[in-house]
Amino acid sequence: MNQVKIDFERCKECGYCIHYCPKKVLVKGDKINKKGYFAAEVADPEGCIACGTCARVCPDVCISVYKDVE
Amino acid sequence: MKVVYEAPKINTGVPTTYCGGCGHGIINRLIAEVIDEMELKEKAVLLWPIGCSCVNVNTMDIDQLCCLHGRGPASGTGMKRANPDNLVIVYQGDGDMVSEGMAEIMHAAIRGEKFTVIFVNNAIYGMTGAQMAPTTLLGQNASTAPGGRQVINSGYPVKMAELLAELPGTVYSERVTVNTPANIIKAKKAIKKAFELQMKGEGMTFVEVLSMCPTGWSMSPVKACEWVDTNMTEIFPLGVVKDETEGLKQQEEAAK
Repeated sequence: MNQVKIDFERCKECGYCIHYCPKKVLVKGDKINKKGYFAAEVADPEGCIACGTCARVCPDVCISVYKDVE
Repeated sequence: MKVVYEAPKINTGVPTTYCGGCGHGIINRLIAEVIDEMELKEKAVLLWPIGCSCVNVNTMDIDQLCCLHGRGPASGTGMKRANPDNLVIVYQGDGDMVSEGMAEIMHAAIRGEKFTVIFVNNAIYGMTGAQMAPTTLLGQNASTAPGGRQVINSGYPVKMAELLAELPGTVYSERVTVNTPANIIKAKKAIKKAFELQMKGEGMTFVEVLSMCPTGWSMSPVKACEWVDTNMTEIFPLGVVKDETEGLKQQEEAAK
């Protein structure tokens, strides 16, 4: 399964990844990190196509994307 | 597992101090990615301006210098002349370049200094509290221009990419933005091209990047991205303003 890893503590809740995700697999989380932001989280891991758009728009370099290769 | 995206290798892992949704973060990352791809870690020198970005020197593991306000091109001149093999990147914001450092950047371009200038234009002073910058759009609200910027009081926004393209010392001038994934890819290409031209020693290369400042503009980050499209790109049109390298190539081929 494709993987999106989001660094919980570094996220600043700008919402770019959520807005630009073509499959809408990311959502705003309900937990607050140390800086006081609701970090983004992966709601639908199965729907991810590993396009890397979320990582490309992230200003805080807190997303890494891995594609499942058989 | 195949890696689609990971943080650039020269990033140290220290978080940046920018607000959420700031375009500076994306531009810094693009610079780091391009340095990684070109394998120029040992040769790259990044000159920071005074502004939001200058406190982020420990986010990247390359040689860096925090210049006096607006004096990045002057420091860059010394760096590049002393070590012509280095990749000298002068990173400037709009307050730093267009207000305080206008003379420095103009004269560096007039002399045709062979470094790259990355100009981050967010149409406002971000760090000091959303005051009006020379690049603020007409009618745009700022804390020193309540009710919007007026021509009668403060004149017109400055178009740096066009202004520097007039000078023969500039070989490449392009305006890009980072408000959508597609535009971010284009911005990365422009930065990479500028770095490559610098390493060939052609002349001054200039990339103006329209950036978002959600805090200064008092809007949500996603709205700020839309605002770049609806308002900024009308005044600051995107695209290549000047590219002399194609002409140079043709001349070389004709000479052969």
